[in-house]
Amino acid sequence: MLVRTALMAALIGALGLVPPIFLPVLPGVPISTQNLAVMLAGLMLGARGGAAASALFVLVVLLGAPLLTGGRGGLGVLAGPTVGFFLGFVPGAYVTGLLAERLRFSAFLSALVAAFVGGVLVVYLCGIPALALVAGIGLERAALGTAVFLPGDVLKSIAAAVLASTVMARWRAGSR
Amino acid sequence: MIGGYLAGHSLLHRLPAGVKLIGLAALSVLLVPVGDPFVLVLALAVVVIVYASFGRQGVARLFQWRPLLPVLLMIGALQLWAASFEVAAASILRILLMVLLADLVTLSTRLQDMMDALMVVLRPFERLGLDARRLSLAVALVLRFVPVLVAGWHGRAEAWRARSGRRPGLALVGAFFAGVLKNADQVAEALEARGFAADQTPPAGEGRG
Repeated sequence: MLVRTALMAALIGALGLVPPIFLPVLPGVPISTQNLAVMLAGLMLGARGGAAASALFVLVVLLGAPLLTGGRGGLGVLAGPTVGFFLGFVPGAYVTGLLAERLRFSAFLSALVAAFVGGVLVVYLCGIPALALVAGIGLERAALGTAVFLPGDVLKSIAAAVLASTVMARWRAGSR
Repeated sequence: MIGGYLAGHSLLHRLPAGVKLIGLAALSVLLVPVGDPFVLVLALAVVVIVYASFGRQGVARLFQWRPLLPVLLMIGALQLWAASFEVAAASILRILLMVLLADLVTLSTRLQDMMDALMVVLRPFERLGLDARRLSLAVALVLRFVPVLVAGWHGRAEAWRARSGRRPGLALVGAFFAGVLKNADQVAEALEARGFAADQTPPAGEGRG
């Protein structure tokens, strides 16, 4: 479990380093895949394991590893406007895992709903108030600014659900 | 190896990590009520000079925060619309200043020293079941895995380009994840073979990770 937790944390970090994927649906808009890995952590490791992997990632970034999208890292992240989205990874992965365990739809649909609610809604719920606070722009405007990322995040939820219910399903069954 | 540390012998480098962290926290609190853009520009200039004193690498370090620019511009635009130029300038400057100050601590402190400072804070939690040794092993594993994963991704992307000439697409993702998972289980087995049992605390005094 330790290794899998560390691996998922590393995956979140690695996806912050690889050049963003360009999707044919949204030409020209680079999609960072970092929060895709957060959703996967929740789907793959469950609520507690997913939260542990995300917390480990947060810790490693704060210790100084430049693993946030675009090569950011260190304590400076805590002072930046995106701090809420960053720290929101932990509850986001937790809720994703919790919902994936509880929901009783088909494997794909459960994963999709869990990834969207946990990996997008919960993360926004942490990120938007922090953005409003750090930037002093008020909740409404912070939400408005965040809405730009919603289409990409919906696509990432779908991708996470597809991956979790296909490639990674066998691995999860054998998780220790 | 990845890491936010920039080797050097400046005064900042020589201060203990704990002192720097407490100093940073104090400065952050002091900065919050400052609303005068002029004062903030001055402070920012001082910080930039400190970065410049680290030479070319220090200046390059400033550009690490370039991805923050679009967000800052958005914040500036929203505040210009809601409040005034002064308020917009002050909040952008304050965010930049705080980020750069915090990064000064990161770039002047070795990861291991940061980890040790953290352990001091975490020690009381050991009674609640937190295992500091396992935590450092986990951090070390993450730092080791990241370049392996990135290399794995680039290897697949190159193989793709050699064959198709198009930009690597979604098809690569599945193969990448499948490989990642296989890797994890091999490392887990290797660790177990060296005395790190899968779910229990390793025997004391044995195994160096």
